[in-house]
Amino acid sequence: MTSTFRYLPDTKQDQQDMLDFLNIQSIDDLFADLPSSIKLTEALAIPKAIPEPDLIKKMQQLSLQNIHANQYPLFLGAGTYDHFIPSVVSHIIGRSEFYTAYTPYQPEISQGELQAIFEFQTMVCELTGMDIANSSMYDGFTSVAEAAALAVSTTKRSKVMVSQAVHPESRAILKTAATGPGYQVEEIDLTTDITNIRDIQEKADDQTAAIIVQYPNFFGSVEDLLEIKKIAQEHGALLIVSANPLALAILQPPGKLGADIVVGDMQPFGIQISFGGPHCGYFAVTKKLMRKIPGRIVGQTTDAQGNRGFTLTLQTREQHIRREKASSNICSNQALNALASAVFMSALGKQGIRQMATLNIKKADYMARQLTEKGFSVNNQSPFFNEFVVTLPVSASEVNHKLFEAGIIGGFDLNKDYRMNNQMLIAVTEQRSKQEIDQFITILEGL
Amino acid sequence: MADYHQLIFEISQSGRTGADLPESDVDPIELDEKFPKHLLRETPAELPEVSELQLVRHYTALSHKNYGVDNGFYPLGSCTMKYNPKINEDVARLEGFSRIHPYQPAETVQGALQLLYELQEDLAAISGMDAVTLQPSAGAQGEWTGLMIAKNYHQQNGENRSKVLVPDSAHGTNPASAAVAGFDTVTIPSNENGLVDLEALKKRVDQDTAALMLTNPNTLGLFEKDIVEIAEVVHEAGGLLYYDGANANAILGKTTPGKMGFDIVHLNLHKTFTTPHGGGGPGAGPVGVTKELIPFLPVPRIEKDGDNYIWNDDEPLSIGRVKGYYGNFGILARAYTYIRTMGPEGLRQVSESAVLHANYLRKRLETHYESPYAQFCKHEFVLSGSKQKKLGVRTMNIAKRLLDFGYHPPTIYFPLNVEECLMIEPTETETKETLDAFADSMIQIANEVEEDPDIVLDAPHTTVVGRLDETKAARKPVLRYTKSV
Repeated sequence: MTSTFRYLPDTKQDQQDMLDFLNIQSIDDLFADLPSSIKLTEALAIPKAIPEPDLIKKMQQLSLQNIHANQYPLFLGAGTYDHFIPSVVSHIIGRSEFYTAYTPYQPEISQGELQAIFEFQTMVCELTGMDIANSSMYDGFTSVAEAAALAVSTTKRSKVMVSQAVHPESRAILKTAATGPGYQVEEIDLTTDITNIRDIQEKADDQTAAIIVQYPNFFGSVEDLLEIKKIAQEHGALLIVSANPLALAILQPPGKLGADIVVGDMQPFGIQISFGGPHCGYFAVTKKLMRKIPGRIVGQTTDAQGNRGFTLTLQTREQHIRREKASSNICSNQALNALASAVFMSALGKQGIRQMATLNIKKADYMARQLTEKGFSVNNQSPFFNEFVVTLPVSASEVNHKLFEAGIIGGFDLNKDYRMNNQMLIAVTEQRSKQEIDQFITILEGL
Repeated sequence: MADYHQLIFEISQSGRTGADLPESDVDPIELDEKFPKHLLRETPAELPEVSELQLVRHYTALSHKNYGVDNGFYPLGSCTMKYNPKINEDVARLEGFSRIHPYQPAETVQGALQLLYELQEDLAAISGMDAVTLQPSAGAQGEWTGLMIAKNYHQQNGENRSKVLVPDSAHGTNPASAAVAGFDTVTIPSNENGLVDLEALKKRVDQDTAALMLTNPNTLGLFEKDIVEIAEVVHEAGGLLYYDGANANAILGKTTPGKMGFDIVHLNLHKTFTTPHGGGGPGAGPVGVTKELIPFLPVPRIEKDGDNYIWNDDEPLSIGRVKGYYGNFGILARAYTYIRTMGPEGLRQVSESAVLHANYLRKRLETHYESPYAQFCKHEFVLSGSKQKKLGVRTMNIAKRLLDFGYHPPTIYFPLNVEECLMIEPTETETKETLDAFADSMIQIANEVEEDPDIVLDAPHTTVVGRLDETKAARKPVLRYTKSV
């Protein structure tokens, strides 16, 4: 065996020196304890090694078999959005002191990461209006299921209620997760584009651990959280809100409207769409739930000299200490993407994120008004953020096909998840120009 | 900048910004015309206001206070802190990968689907499984996914098996994942050789056993050589065998979990397959299964239909969805690139070198630290600081002293069944010179413990902060910045 791989530094001499030191003849001696019946006798059935110059070409070619958002304007949202990302974001998260580090278990040599996450936690609290945020979760969808688990274990009740206006993937994961501990998931009906308040009233009972809604919801509309909180409170259930952080730049924060847990995905803030992942879930709670929150949390403290420093804290909630009694099994999180979103929030700042959110509202509003003027019907009856539903004369997939021929990636077809025929969810971010919007509408008119 | 200690909020000044956005090109509307007043925020979120250069200097200063694999040796046991190749980063950032939307029609993302499909095939070959899902975003999520598959499989057979067996040396995620999947955990003790106590296992396995979770080599770095018999015991009782892939860096091309008799496997792409740990994530924890468990895999599945790659979410026995979209695609693209870089021969050499390095380093250290097990180790090993403890120096002190030498310390106080444990994983990407220099430092510390223990007890001496008051952090939690008035 020779060192022909650039990640493997041992020379023949190095190997021989180590074997001699160990008093063995060959590396196989180190594997002598593997029963012969389980030893591989043939090479792994995977393709042969490719040298770097050829591999980068191959990967470029593979990537070019995808149509991407720099080629075709994207009107798809539905949980993942095409937003502007300032150049500083990739430069900061490309610093390998950050990306090649492990979880900051040794605080003395991890102050950079720890402080950045402490700042991230602060930003999440500011946006959501909550007391405490953790250091991140896998994504917004799985965070909904984690929030439900927290509610079930805190209230010791057996049912969570989830609005059908919550993202279909959040609901799907919730259903999978619920079969573990065995709690019931009951869906709440819609009134066109928002959660049906009367249906919550009818279904909520003394076994309801939580009511889960999305803000803005899957159809882009803004739910009236105060009304929903009232019902939750009457039954002693928690209010869980899954929120788009960009919308929170403008909307009343859920914390001010009585939310007990606010979760969501930081993807709109500096994280590449990247075919759906990795993104970055966030998780924020009231002070009351501090010791139940899943995942890692950074806290401020002092060192022996009294200097400010940061460390992972409240670890007795976590799996590596509590094992089967932990509040969650989460171990890895999405720290690097939390850093990306913190850099993004710092770059745009207090005014910039309001400006970006306002641009989204204006552009979506413009497109919806234009569509209405041209005789298409926009379904949303409640105010919406940067997404809305339009009824089409033909199927959404047919429309998307026409749009694609004209170099546009159209909206989300609501037929599969909602059986809403000929209806499309359209996202209009600040990235979409008036010209692109007008072109989209022209194609619709030509149907 | 070494003495830079400010928070970004503390350098913020009203009126500054680090980004500029275009003016709106559509007709203006007033927000309060569109939204009723009670839905609008009354006060803005207090985010920082800094210029772009301030922002860059702030985070650059923070990065200088952080230690990654690119900074130096990182022998953190069980975490496989090997080199994170740069080409992987470039590939994940190609716009054809980073700028595609998960809901684009399949025919517009054939390159991405091909990558995922081939990665499924590669990981199946490497793990000896028949099919793989790439959805789980981390090892712990993979464990939970695997256990949900086991649960559904037993239920399909008309059985409600309630117990998952976990060795006492297992990662904390194993029992935690079992609990989240709704199982009771039964702990299996280790014997004096650090291996699963086969007799104890036999006593605890019964008709209620859903699965045994095992890491092999185990967290002591020792190969469970009774694995074939262990598998038989569990299978005879109708249970399944779950492979925690955290230590897969020891077995590439040498054996497979499938050969050993495992039914379900998760692999940590951020350990064995070089994707960066990112300061805590994102990672990926794909799960492989044997043929009879394929119907229970999460949906959607990525399949090949003629020359086309497609999604399939029509599988009635599936446990359902476990993660948004198709997993952490950017991480999966990095792992794919690594596997293509190494090929079958390279991956085998990875494990051989990792194991050689661990045994070499262990032998260099066992004259000064207690080495509790005689068997050759695999990719990692444990030492006990029990000798040093008798002299009043704890393993924690030794770990902190290593910081002064410029190393990230090993994993400490884990596994729980070794007193004053130091768990060391050198990985294959380090040179012999690095291993020797680290051994020299460890030996110097052992000598200091005997001759000048205070220098160890007071460590670290060279870091940007001293030892932090963790009790204070937990008792009086300060978890966010609040502007002092």
